Amino acid sequence: MFQRLPNASGERVSFTIDGRAAEALSGDSVAAALIANGVQTCRATPVSGAPRAPYCMMGVCFDCLVTIDDVGNQQGCLVRVRPGMRVETQNGKREIER
Amino acid sequence: MTQTTRSDYDVAVIGGGLVGSAIAWGLAQHGQKVAILDEGDIAVRPSRGNFALVWVQGKGLGLPEYAGWTKRSADNWTGFSAQLREQTGIDVCYERPGGFLPLLSEAEMEHRANQLKRLHNQPNVVRYDYEMMDRAAVAKEMPFIGKDVVGASYCPLDGHCNSLKLLRALHTGISLSGVAYLPNHRVERIEQREGGFRMVTASGEVRSGKVVIAAGHDGRRLAPMVGLDAPVRPERGHIIVTEKTAPFLKFPVGFIRQTDEGGVMIGDSFEDVGLDTTVRNGVTSTIADRAIRIFPLLGKLNVVRTWAALRVLTPDGFPIYEQSTSMPGAFVATCHSGVTLAANHALALAPHIAAGGLPDEFTAFSARRFHVPAAA
Amino acid sequence: MSDLKPRYDLAVIGAGPAGLAAATLAAQRGLSTVLLDEQRAPGGQIYRAVTQTPVKNPSVLGSDYWHGADLVGPFRDSGADYAPGSTVWSVSRSLDIGLSRDGAARVLPARHIILATGAIERPFPIPGWTLPGVMGAGAAQILLKTSGLVASGNVVLAGTGPLLWLLAWQYLRAGARIDVILDTTPRENWRQAMPHMGAFARSGYVAKGLKLLLEVRRKVKVIGNVTSLKAEGDGRVQSVLYRQGDGAEQRLPADTLLLHHGVIPNINLANATGCAQNWDEAQRCWVPTVDAWGATSVEGVSIAGDGAGIGGALAAEHRGRLAALDALHRLGVLDRATRDRDAAPHREALDKAQRGREFLDTLYSPAKDFRVPQDETIVCRCEEVTAKQVRDAVKLGVSGPNQTKSFLRCGMGPCQGRLCGPTVVEVIADARGVSPAEVGYYRLRPPVKPITLAELASLPKAEDEIAAVMHH
Repeated sequence: MFQRLPNASGERVSFTIDGRAAEALSGDSVAAALIANGVQTCRATPVSGAPRAPYCMMGVCFDCLVTIDDVGNQQGCLVRVRPGMRVETQNGKREIER
Repeated sequence: MTQTTRSDYDVAVIGGGLVGSAIAWGLAQHGQKVAILDEGDIAVRPSRGNFALVWVQGKGLGLPEYAGWTKRSADNWTGFSAQLREQTGIDVCYERPGGFLPLLSEAEMEHRANQLKRLHNQPNVVRYDYEMMDRAAVAKEMPFIGKDVVGASYCPLDGHCNSLKLLRALHTGISLSGVAYLPNHRVERIEQREGGFRMVTASGEVRSGKVVIAAGHDGRRLAPMVGLDAPVRPERGHIIVTEKTAPFLKFPVGFIRQTDEGGVMIGDSFEDVGLDTTVRNGVTSTIADRAIRIFPLLGKLNVVRTWAALRVLTPDGFPIYEQSTSMPGAFVATCHSGVTLAANHALALAPHIAAGGLPDEFTAFSARRFHVPAAA
Repeated sequence: MSDLKPRYDLAVIGAGPAGLAAATLAAQRGLSTVLLDEQRAPGGQIYRAVTQTPVKNPSVLGSDYWHGADLVGPFRDSGADYAPGSTVWSVSRSLDIGLSRDGAARVLPARHIILATGAIERPFPIPGWTLPGVMGAGAAQILLKTSGLVASGNVVLAGTGPLLWLLAWQYLRAGARIDVILDTTPRENWRQAMPHMGAFARSGYVAKGLKLLLEVRRKVKVIGNVTSLKAEGDGRVQSVLYRQGDGAEQRLPADTLLLHHGVIPNINLANATGCAQNWDEAQRCWVPTVDAWGATSVEGVSIAGDGAGIGGALAAEHRGRLAALDALHRLGVLDRATRDRDAAPHREALDKAQRGREFLDTLYSPAKDFRVPQDETIVCRCEEVTAKQVRDAVKLGVSGPNQTKSFLRCGMGPCQGRLCGPTVVEVIADARGVSPAEVGYYRLRPPVKPITLAELASLPKAEDEIAAVMHH
């Protein structure tokens, strides 16, 4: 659980998480935007199905993998959130078609 | 380190890769007291670079006995993997759905058809089914093939396994069977002593009644110490592996296969560069390009690893299995199909080594075939 | 973002303090220079988002953070090209850089390359560390810097090291809540660190550090001498179990558990390039082997900053300048004497910045129980391999991490060993009763970050490379 500092400034960005409308700040990475929106788990692992969420926030751990605009296994912490972006949490292995 | 290990073994197997561990496993099942002498964490280790195919089609043109040996091993694989699972609890995920070799031009189709025809027309060659399939037939099994795929050769005997699990199962089985696995024991010298052998290694001395050289590239150095010959050379091959993906590819497709864990392995390449295992991006790029021509949907997948390893090649590409005539009790076994032939190494070769000699069926695999003077 | 030239005299990889300082100096002295960085804005992790953080109140992140802006200004004016959002996945011995930008891969040749890939948090494997809600303290700090996000609910910090205390201080400044800090600094570290106290006392850090520590301790409950940690919860962390000394296990509610026990060099790119590396016993990590200028065993490749051994942000910028001067010398712009003369003030500043490092290394050296985890603990997060599995492989005769890779897939996932390598090495060393130096480290190969197969396929290919695949 994270919350935004009250005086954190920035432009609002509208995007979707699993089809639901969400808002972020323009400097947010996708991973930060998910955390800001109270998303607690961004994927289930392809090995055991265990839930995972961002761990390192700097491109190292690959636990923030999500599907962004229909492309699977994107490192959410390395992609800036953009207006209209469609972010989807992942369940297990990536599908070949997306 | 200069400590001396004074142990007595029935057999010392030099090399802990797939060939050495399969033979050691087989020897142990025949009641032999075995030691494996291996190198350490960093070694050439060709068997870590394998593609995990249990592959029959196209093998044996020029040595019909090899076609038979290969088919026999593939046939042995079901029982072999079951035995490993029973003993170790490790499923090596052997499957035999049949394999495709994709072909990207009419010229490739024709060349492949001729090659297989010549292979199967050899006298005394083993009989089995294979098929040249046109594009429509291939597309029926794999509708997602790319537009460049003209056809494929297909053989129902081809399959694949998880070779990392195979390595672990063999080593677990070896451990359960009481084999002594001795890492950091690079063999410096082999000497014949009192009807047996004495190996001088980096970590002391080991004595044994028999010795099997299954040391991959190092066989070239070691075999002459016991009156044998293993004229092998390294050939570098590159492999790419992708992230884990939901199952989409049921068949091993020559140089593309999806593992039981979901990753897609993509090969391969052939370079004569000595013992250099550096990855060349231009080579992996070519491999990637060809794979996408065959299966365009692979293009989106992330590559998580690439690596290069060194095949152990004899001058004609076929294995060498031989017992020394000057020092009976010393054997050499070397090949570049350590996965396909693992079942035979464990079940068909090891029993003869345990019994003390190779029967006539192995004569064709003697290195003496390289000593015939060239025809005038 | 600048368009890239076809080739550069100097390519610097990583836009933290070392990379910014190196690129700035080299470009000012006339080298055609490019700074490639995976992030979208300069600063690295230490000065992350320094040009655009939504946390505008300067007292929250502190003056040390804002110093980063002093590096960005001169860099922008230096004439160096800047390519943010560029992931470097390969550096070859022939000095070709494989990079990926906006989904397209290319190869960029340079005459000299400075790797300024910085540090990563040392993996902190405890039972439950893979649960959502458990993250690195560094990760929390990045969320604060980039997005003004702070943990809420029950917040527990656990571990040891300067960054843990700095984060706590920043959280307090920001008005965020911390329930408790579980300090895992081993008691005996104080005794061992004392001989280095003199140098530390003369460093610039001591007054600042003490003030910060006191402020945090005044406001937050700190439980010291914590000897075991475990995160528990159903689907996400709900509580933290800990032991103080050899006392009974205690339970704390936690919505967020922030772990930290130091940073280690991010060595993957250097390793995959083939740079020799050595085990650093004091910092308990593998480090690329470099000379006083940061030059590695690979001709034309240097490393500046924490990527060549942890020295901190100030040291990193001086190391960046030294590496840049050496690059100028190697490329024939400066003779040896000029290089040495111009380097003198930077060397002096570096010595000053590194003063007291032994004290910090010794005091904050993580306890063995947290480096060599218990059997049930996951060590490889990608392939979900436990410490017990690694120990069992050692029993089968496995002597190093490259063999555990083959046996267990440990280190074969997308993170390529970054989150398991240090632990696997420690577990094997402990099980074998030898030093990690003897155990070794993963042999890594490009790509060190994933690229798509289509990107790989798009790269240039030499004729013999095509022949190696197609003409067989």
